Amino acid sequence: MWSFIHKHASPKHFYLLAERLIPWLGWSTLILLVVGLYQGLIVAPTDYQQGESYRIIYVHVPAAWMSMFIYMVMATSGAIGLVWKIKMADAVASSSAPIGAAFTLLALVTGSLWGKPMWGTWWVWDARLTSELILLFLYLGFIALESAIEDRRTAANACAVLALVGVVNIPIIHYSVEWWNTLHQGATVTRFDKPAMATSMLIPLLIMALGFKLYYLYAMLLRVRVKILESEKDTTWMKELITGAKK
Amino acid sequence: MKNASLSNAFFTMLKRDLTLALRTRSEIANPLLFFIIVVSLFPLAVSPEESLLRTMAPGIIWVAALLATMLSLDSIFRSDFEDGSLEQMLLSPQPIALLVLGKIMAHWLVSGLPLILIAPILGISLFLPGEAMFALLATLALGTPVLSLVGSIGVALTVGLRRGGVLLSLLVLPLYIPVLIFASNAIATAAAGISIKGQLYFLAALFALAVTLAPMATAAALRISLR
Repeated sequence: MWSFIHKHASPKHFYLLAERLIPWLGWSTLILLVVGLYQGLIVAPTDYQQGESYRIIYVHVPAAWMSMFIYMVMATSGAIGLVWKIKMADAVASSSAPIGAAFTLLALVTGSLWGKPMWGTWWVWDARLTSELILLFLYLGFIALESAIEDRRTAANACAVLALVGVVNIPIIHYSVEWWNTLHQGATVTRFDKPAMATSMLIPLLIMALGFKLYYLYAMLLRVRVKILESEKDTTWMKELITGAKK
Repeated sequence: MKNASLSNAFFTMLKRDLTLALRTRSEIANPLLFFIIVVSLFPLAVSPEESLLRTMAPGIIWVAALLATMLSLDSIFRSDFEDGSLEQMLLSPQPIALLVLGKIMAHWLVSGLPLILIAPILGISLFLPGEAMFALLATLALGTPVLSLVGSIGVALTVGLRRGGVLLSLLVLPLYIPVLIFASNAIATAAAGISIKGQLYFLAALFALAVTLAPMATAAALRISLR
């Protein structure tokens, strides 16, 4: 098993593997997103309470799921890079950060757009909104630290430590924010209840969630490939690959 | 050199850092002055009205304490990094986490403790009721060590960088949020005459977590920064 991991964790194999995977991921993302959006925006029934504006959840909820999922991926691969010194794990962690930050921002913006007709205000200091905002700060801190350190490996390891500290802190932040909010104003605003959701509304949501996940893999692999091109540009296999492609 | 015991190493580090800090008095005075000035800006900016200031006092004092601690964090490792003694510490046979804990404790004694001592006066100036005074002191006593501990991770990550100051605040401030929430809430609750046991237990739990994990994370970060 180890030799399998070592083989595929080497930049060369990862590069070639990514090259093969990217078209598949790209196309299936496109199909899933088109189907999911069509199902969600046109086929799914109108909500009897929220009317048409509930449809933003087909973007909002998958984005919010991804924002947390990507942070976990970042921290896990950062830890793998830190412990086993696997270069590709570092590359995955640093490639994930901007994508995760973008999903977090997307979740915040769509949530705010939804909040205007529903709550009558763009922003509520609701527990979930606030912890999502803090998650965005954590992502931005990660990106800022990475761009501040010049040496690649040092940057990757420092960011891995930061991501791990963040992972320990995320539950604490989440629950403290929840607790802070409930003490202050009680449950003034509850989001829609998930179990009460109709199947016809749920299926497009799951399609969208899968589409977002594949999009993340697609975008992340593209970024990792660019990182490999940058870091391995002086190796023989890369030179052969590039000059061979030119012929 | 003989192999010093662990407690010996810890107290030597503590004593060294305290001595160094006491020789440059401004290191103690500056964060404290900053704390006082920031707090006194709020009545000027918001309004000198008593009821308003009373409700805002816990938040004002805690945000100011947060910023004052953050600005003084750099002193934990900066000068030792610049004159190379930090590298010597990493090379020593003693566990780095232990030495780091000694340095953090020295930092807290120099920058956290004075804040606690001056806080009641600021509380009075913001019309904080007497019942909340104990809560103010208790939350500061439990919370400021957490700030020093968590902050040391951020400093260790940025110590090798030329302009780490603003970056440090980006890394550290989001991690301070739980302490801020529990502490300022405890003071406000105490002012309303309700028991604050729960909040204090939470802060104590955060302190226990930070004191066990933060030195190790800081040690790992230092090893990365000084590679």
